[in-house]
Amino acid sequence: MLIKQLSIFLENKKGRFTEVARILGDAGINMTAFTVSENSDFGILRLIVSDTEKAIQVLRDKMYGVSVTDVVCMICPNEPGSLARAMEIITTAGIFVEYMYAFSEGESAHVIIRPDDIERCVEVLKANKLKLLAASDLYKL
Amino acid sequence: MAMIWNEMVECMSRDEMRKLQSYRLKNVVEHVYHNSPFYRKKMQEMDLSPNDIQSIDDIAKLPFTVKQDLRDNYPFGLMAVPMSEIVRLHASSGTTGKPIVVGYTRKDLSTWAEVVARCLTAYGITKHDMVQVSYGYGLFTGGLGAHSGIENIGGTVIPMSSGNTQKQIQLMHDFGAKALACTPSYALYLAETIRESGIPLEEFQLRIGVFGAEPWTENMRKELEEKLNIKAYDIYGLTEISGPGVGGECECQNGTHLWEDHFFPEIVDPETLQPVEPGQQGELVFTTLTKEGMPMIRYRTRDLTTLNYEKCACGRTAVRMGRILGRSDDMLIIRGVNVFPSQVESVLLEMPEFEPHYFITVDRVNNTDTFQIQVELRQEYYSDEMNKMLSLKKKIASRMQNVIGIQPEIKIVEPRSIERSQGKAKHVQDNRNLFNK
Repeated sequence: MLIKQLSIFLENKKGRFTEVARILGDAGINMTAFTVSENSDFGILRLIVSDTEKAIQVLRDKMYGVSVTDVVCMICPNEPGSLARAMEIITTAGIFVEYMYAFSEGESAHVIIRPDDIERCVEVLKANKLKLLAASDLYKL
Repeated sequence: MAMIWNEMVECMSRDEMRKLQSYRLKNVVEHVYHNSPFYRKKMQEMDLSPNDIQSIDDIAKLPFTVKQDLRDNYPFGLMAVPMSEIVRLHASSGTTGKPIVVGYTRKDLSTWAEVVARCLTAYGITKHDMVQVSYGYGLFTGGLGAHSGIENIGGTVIPMSSGNTQKQIQLMHDFGAKALACTPSYALYLAETIRESGIPLEEFQLRIGVFGAEPWTENMRKELEEKLNIKAYDIYGLTEISGPGVGGECECQNGTHLWEDHFFPEIVDPETLQPVEPGQQGELVFTTLTKEGMPMIRYRTRDLTTLNYEKCACGRTAVRMGRILGRSDDMLIIRGVNVFPSQVESVLLEMPEFEPHYFITVDRVNNTDTFQIQVELRQEYYSDEMNKMLSLKKKIASRMQNVIGIQPEIKIVEPRSIERSQGKAKHVQDNRNLFNK
């Protein structure tokens, strides 16, 4: 149920993201989801790709600072209130969310969560019958 | 014409000065040989005894002293008197974590107050004047050094110390300070702030600037004189020798008179360490002729300059040092603080999160020195969490502040983006144009 997310350190310079997209594209790696967190100095590009190991290798070969983090991907119905319900479950269990991002399509929304305690987060979500996406399914999206 | 504080020595004939220096050199060599294990050992290794030093011409026989010696003997190993005789300590940042410590006896402090008095008098400051001291007070020699000189001539000290610019301006204005003692870059910053405050310059009594602790140029002098409506004078000094007041300019503004009855200057070739031809550029070396607490024998300042022994139009015969033309090492002076690239390296080496590579950029923006260090994280420390990255940045900035004495702006850059050394790596880009070339 755990999904590997890549985080890439990017200086705030023109064309950095373009280059990352190009490197991954040339290696035949597809991006499933990404988000960028930034300050005045640098950004952290977090992304989920079709081939994590290969992406790490090609990016590190090009001298990028890359780290790998486990995240979970929860599926909610794409309708008002469904995220709130899911988040209440997480919060009530005392789990802190470091960050999250989401994308929706059709009837479902995919929410990627980086909790402080990932084992417990998976446990709680499952116990509450929330659907989690397996890595193999997410990479196919 | 401005007064002369100690006409007898400041205008002494060259012959008389050599005699005085010879007498005092013999004394200080006797003193260190008998009271400083460090110097005795050094002299014995060279097969030298105090008897070999009969006149100032023999000074070239003596060994050099370097900053590393002060570090190796941290904190009190170079004191040549019992600590009970030391009445004050000062310190400046060393080349790594440990500062350089100096100690003064009561007589050393009185000599210091004497030489600063000579400088102040040469700038035209008298007992009737109020002087605002905006050098930092504390371990740094600037504040207390200027302070005791002003008290010595009977002037009125405003002991502002550094920082709090609005208050500086208010008191300077309200009290009617005639002179300002600070770093030239801070003076420019004050000038800007005065302009922005809208208080007309005519409402200030300021006429004289006492500027030092960092190299500055003729262009900066012009700018300071125009913007503050003052005469701007250089005060030279270094902690190892005493502090500010080792020398100062006179009204001619044509060289910095060195008080050579206390601090004997030589110019040597920094490579061969041999004396250069008279008037030629080289590294300035000082021997403290009268210091008791922590005498320095042939201390290498690493400042590159020239010496001019011609009598000055002001009447003084005291030798004049030209502008500082550069350094024979890689020391930077940033906001008046001595910074060595090796300090930056030592911090990186003790922090496993960072690569040992760095690039320092120094600039001057709005008359304030900027100090940026680019660093790289080790691959495993790049994180998905912004907070972790920012706290690493904070951690290294505060460690740098501890070691160097001022806080740099830390910029984390991508792996391998700092140029790796191929032979001699370029670690520093200084965009300030501080030296008259």
